[in-house]
Amino acid sequence: MIRDFFRVMEVNLTTGKTNIIELPGRGEYLGGAGLAARLFEKFGFIDRDWDDPEQPVIFAIGPLTGYFPLMSKTCCAFRSPYHNQYTESYAGGKSALSLRFANLDALVVTGKAKRLTALCVGSRRVETRDVEYMRGFDAIHTGRVLRKIFPGSGRRSILRIGPAGENLSAYACINVDTFRHFGRLGGGTAMGIKNLKAICILGDRGFDLPEGKAYPKLYKHIFEQLTTTEMMAKYHGLGTAVNINPLNELKSLPWKNLQQTSSPNAGGISGETFADDTLLRNAACAGCPVGCIHVGFVREQFQTNNQYLYRQVGYDYEPIFSCGGMLEVTDAPQVLRILDVIEKEGLDCMSTGVALAWATEALEKGVISEKETEVKLTWGDAETYMQAVERLGRPTNDFYKLLAQGTLKCAEHYGGADFACVLGQEMAGYATGEVFFVSEGLGFRHSHLDSGGYAYDQKHEDKDVTKALDFLVNDERERIVLNCMVGCLFSRGVYKDDLLAEALESVGYGVHNESVADIGHRVQKLRWRLRLRMGYRPDQAKIPKRYSEITTWKGPLDTEYMEALRTGYAARILEMGAPLEEDD
Amino acid sequence: MKVLRAARMERCIGCHSCSLACARQVHKFLSWNKAGIRISSAGGLSTGFEARVCLACSPAPCAEACPTGSLIQRRDGGVIQKKKLCIRCGKCAEACPVDAIFLDHLVNPYVCIHCGQCVPFCPHDCLELVDLPKREQTEGGSDD
Repeated sequence: MIRDFFRVMEVNLTTGKTNIIELPGRGEYLGGAGLAARLFEKFGFIDRDWDDPEQPVIFAIGPLTGYFPLMSKTCCAFRSPYHNQYTESYAGGKSALSLRFANLDALVVTGKAKRLTALCVGSRRVETRDVEYMRGFDAIHTGRVLRKIFPGSGRRSILRIGPAGENLSAYACINVDTFRHFGRLGGGTAMGIKNLKAICILGDRGFDLPEGKAYPKLYKHIFEQLTTTEMMAKYHGLGTAVNINPLNELKSLPWKNLQQTSSPNAGGISGETFADDTLLRNAACAGCPVGCIHVGFVREQFQTNNQYLYRQVGYDYEPIFSCGGMLEVTDAPQVLRILDVIEKEGLDCMSTGVALAWATEALEKGVISEKETEVKLTWGDAETYMQAVERLGRPTNDFYKLLAQGTLKCAEHYGGADFACVLGQEMAGYATGEVFFVSEGLGFRHSHLDSGGYAYDQKHEDKDVTKALDFLVNDERERIVLNCMVGCLFSRGVYKDDLLAEALESVGYGVHNESVADIGHRVQKLRWRLRLRMGYRPDQAKIPKRYSEITTWKGPLDTEYMEALRTGYAARILEMGAPLEEDD
Repeated sequence: MKVLRAARMERCIGCHSCSLACARQVHKFLSWNKAGIRISSAGGLSTGFEARVCLACSPAPCAEACPTGSLIQRRDGGVIQKKKLCIRCGKCAEACPVDAIFLDHLVNPYVCIHCGQCVPFCPHDCLELVDLPKREQTEGGSDD
């Protein structure tokens, strides 16, 4: 074990001061999601909005980060500019191991810099640089310049925002090491409001390993399971893009702003098509041998006489669903070109695609006009969508300014809320049915990763409300344990509670008197308490009308079942997040 | 005599499993520095990856620069490391032409000893242990 407490660095951008804080609670919160929530309790303000300069942006890792394969993610927590409540987002790249080797369990950034700033932290370093000259730089260009400013190739992680974060779009992302992102709910904006363009984390330290045979033996066992069995084949083979075809066959693929749940043209953007026609290579997060990152390429002729350029663009299922199917762009390279612009602007690709899908339908129906959209948004027209993405990143009028705050906010102003595909935030790519819609609509992060509601829909034809709700609550709890570690959710088939307990034991973190499941339960309640104290009302969460109009493999959507799930899940959330006695 | 070659780095996905395996198994550390092989990008992840690893020079400039015999020339190339003799002067890292020796914050040098323990941890078979051709006697060097 490195230490049985948390070592946290707090950098205040207003004062320029840095504190190193030693915080107890490893046995109660493990790390990651638990530590982040604990840190928000300590540094955050329930009674101040997301844009208060003192609200923290928190990056936390887990007790097994670097010790075991796939323990390779970082939890980023902040008060979301999207809904003004506590939230989290997860990313990999080299961020987690960089924090580990910078000798930090968490980095907390508070305050607001006077001018655009880059922060560099390491085991023996903390430094801010004025980078006002980078204002308006896209995320890729920013990365290039930062690599020169803060040398350390191979042992550093670079987190940065694009124009969308600077311009305070509610769904700006934080780009991590070019191909990964803290994507959802506006982490990039939380940095933007602090005038924080980038963070470089230098992983420049090492730690003694435990003596004895238990640790190396367990490492080898887990490494072999992850690399020699077929368990991870889906993730490094076609990648999550493999989902396009099966979801299309199941009539569960959101298409054309969810006007359809399947399309005969889905093959053009299937995982197989991407792999055959555009896949350049795979990449991995540091500390993960799976290599799930799929990098596609696009070749473009920019002048006559065979003058070409090429771009490398990461893809996955969610980006393809949101910028392919939802916009009816059915040509893989065209999807990559849209994603490339989104990447540069520093937007969440799912929210962007879904927002533009709504705008296209709204334009089609006459809810808005070309006066608002400035370009004629047309299903399948990648060129026009690329122009619209730039307008979202750097709003040119009130319409784009509002659309960059969220589809539903825009629809509330212009109309068209019925067909806004928003489940708490712009939806994830699973039109699987009632359980998923309620799960994402009400869930903690409004994410398909809160729990496997989409998988439940695909496996269960029965409509047992209690059984479905038990699943959502228990699956969330299991995922929270892994998010406290902070392990990649792709490894959830390997890292069950028992193995996690064994892994903790092998490096000296024997869990004190409690099972990891109990800790998961504690963190689950803590997170919900935070959300509810910031005004979240799950009982008032709405599922837009479009979701009751669809047909899946099970037939037309059952609105009664969905409503029973909605009210039942809201009650469970209110129960989990009930105030502690000492809060009264 | 075997040496480690990063022969197929165009396959590398940047997972760092090799350097973590070296740190863990050879040096008993959790680190991506305290290792005989380090992975870096060639200027951002879109440019692919490079391995910083001993190329098994013969004669090895690092061994020649070492004042205490802590790094000793291996017969056909590369060095043998005797940690106890190291005075942490850092001359070896200065002398390495390919930046393959890492100095930690206490100026401890980490260099590949061509043991091959990293090889099975590379998921894409980028690394291999190969036999170096026997050198001509006239080139000098000792077999001892």
